[in-house]
Amino acid sequence: MYKYTQFDTDFVRQRNAQFRTQIERRLNGSLTEDEFKPLRLMNGLYLQLHAYMLRVAIPYGSLNGGQMRQLAMIAERWDKGYGHFTTRQNIQFNWPKLPDVADILDALGDVEMHAIQTSGNTIRNVTADHFAGAAADELEDPRAYAELIRQWSTDHPEFQFLPRKFKIALCGSPRDRAVTRAHDIGLRMVQRQGLVGFEVIVGGGLGRTPMIGKVIREFIPPAELLPYLEAIVSVWNLLGRRDNKYKARIKITVHEHGIDKIRALVEARFALLRDSFQGNDQRLLEQIKTGFAPPAFKTRPLKAFDQHYGSNRVFRDWVDTNTHPHRNDAYAIVSISLKTPGKTPGDASAEQMRVMADIGERYGHDELRVSHEQNLILPHVHKSDLGAVHKALQGAGLATANIGLISDIIACPGMDYCALATARSIPIAQDIAKHFDVLKAEHDIGELKVKISGCINACGHHHIGHIGILGLDRAGVENYQITLGGDATETAAIGDRAGPGFSAYEIVPAIDRLVTAYLQLRTDRSEAFLQTYRRVGLAPFKTALYPETTRTGQANAA
Amino acid sequence: MARPFIDKVVTANDLREGDVVYLTETNNWTRHLSEAEVLQDEATAKARLAAGSGDVLKIIGVYLADVTAAETGPEPRHFREEFRRTGPSNYFHGKQQRAENV
Repeated sequence: MYKYTQFDTDFVRQRNAQFRTQIERRLNGSLTEDEFKPLRLMNGLYLQLHAYMLRVAIPYGSLNGGQMRQLAMIAERWDKGYGHFTTRQNIQFNWPKLPDVADILDALGDVEMHAIQTSGNTIRNVTADHFAGAAADELEDPRAYAELIRQWSTDHPEFQFLPRKFKIALCGSPRDRAVTRAHDIGLRMVQRQGLVGFEVIVGGGLGRTPMIGKVIREFIPPAELLPYLEAIVSVWNLLGRRDNKYKARIKITVHEHGIDKIRALVEARFALLRDSFQGNDQRLLEQIKTGFAPPAFKTRPLKAFDQHYGSNRVFRDWVDTNTHPHRNDAYAIVSISLKTPGKTPGDASAEQMRVMADIGERYGHDELRVSHEQNLILPHVHKSDLGAVHKALQGAGLATANIGLISDIIACPGMDYCALATARSIPIAQDIAKHFDVLKAEHDIGELKVKISGCINACGHHHIGHIGILGLDRAGVENYQITLGGDATETAAIGDRAGPGFSAYEIVPAIDRLVTAYLQLRTDRSEAFLQTYRRVGLAPFKTALYPETTRTGQANAA
Repeated sequence: MARPFIDKVVTANDLREGDVVYLTETNNWTRHLSEAEVLQDEATAKARLAAGSGDVLKIIGVYLADVTAAETGPEPRHFREEFRRTGPSNYFHGKQQRAENV
């Protein structure tokens, strides 16, 4: 784990002290709300439907047990005893009171955490593959580069008032687990002539105008990464549309000007910037890399694990579903599901946070990760400890074996909390998960990613769900549109809209019809939903979704 | 022909706690929609919104919300306002929790 330097500590303390006085000045009337709002947003503080919301950065999704325990303390002392993990590897507290926020930020500072640039038109929290440093298929741990980008982008004087927010994601494996193609900049680690570098993808994004990013540079060596990123952001900073917030994101800039023109402008800017870094970034990178050295892996016999795996079906199902291959054969990457059917996707109680902190410290080399799919990860667990980890998770209601299955649903907070939402997301996710849990069908259904957003801004990634659900307000009633065939990985795709939306009461039966159709259409169990969709296309699923209109020839996809 | 006016209330969030509040006839902010002043014409609504907006040391995010008058007081016309006066549907938090504790 990266450890704060004295500079980092002082910087966060100073920012917190500034924000403390800004809150005081808002409360005593010295600052108007118009003056205060950009300041609170720079520090992650939103106003939502029922209360303020504090969004805390978990840079590249990495945290240790002490940090998780502090989040639990904050949840209990200043909130309602839980936190919500998000698709950008942040945690959100839904009920903080304004006079308490400075104390919360100080408590975060005590464990090397902050809420800086989790909102506002800045470069946001840098996200990364949640299996970074552990995945068997990884070229190199991308987190050192993510930390370098975090330090470069934090309080960057040129990039504090960008045309709009700006999101960067990194992945160090051929398998893209960081959704790099749906970010303003996606960095996908690649190897060329023995040298590791990055493919640079630009102009991806979801929201009201979903776009898959385009490759602007096939290979950038690490030594040139920061000046190249700075060139991209500075070109967009000048070209980006400040006249219309819906056209301000870089995806629109790339779309309007074309990738070739943007590339030429970036390369020209890069030529000017390249030498100005003078190697300082590379010296910093070398220091940062020491913080991401792999843990001292244990060597232990695996016989007990093999026996337990062979004899205990519940444990075996959990291992098969919730663990992934580790770079060290004796280890596993454990995904802790925060998607127990009927619960709120991504939520963890303070008690659950403490249990996960304890397990991470005891069995996981003190490392935890937040995934963009709103689950928690133990990246380094020796297989001989999996039995104890599973038992401890069972005791805390955290042992649901559903990673990648239909009940492992991404859902944004929706209109239960969010001021921007047009419909609720959480109850829809709960209903779908409960429905398929009762049927005990999800292991037979296999990999199926359902993603739900409560408005067009698409925090719930609905465009890139195998089944995407978008909640809208149709004449004062919640209405849910379905998209099919989206993909968040290296074969990224925006889903196709299936047709007219469904009411909250109709949506579970609609999803059930889709799944039934898939089970009938698939060649065999080895063909996952997305593969079947790609083979047969939208038509048979549309027939399943709209049996009445299809039969009478009155289909209306308006 | 002008559209018929839909009754309104002035609503906002409490500056310190963030809780949903409504403007009363006596220029106080109440946590209960049932105690809100119902505004029945455009001019009054505008004037009361302006009056409420000036209370910058108490509230944030002030706006007019559509309501329907009922015997028990104003009722929300839109589901967003129903959630605001009640709380989220996944936990018994927010106003619904406070109402039980009263």
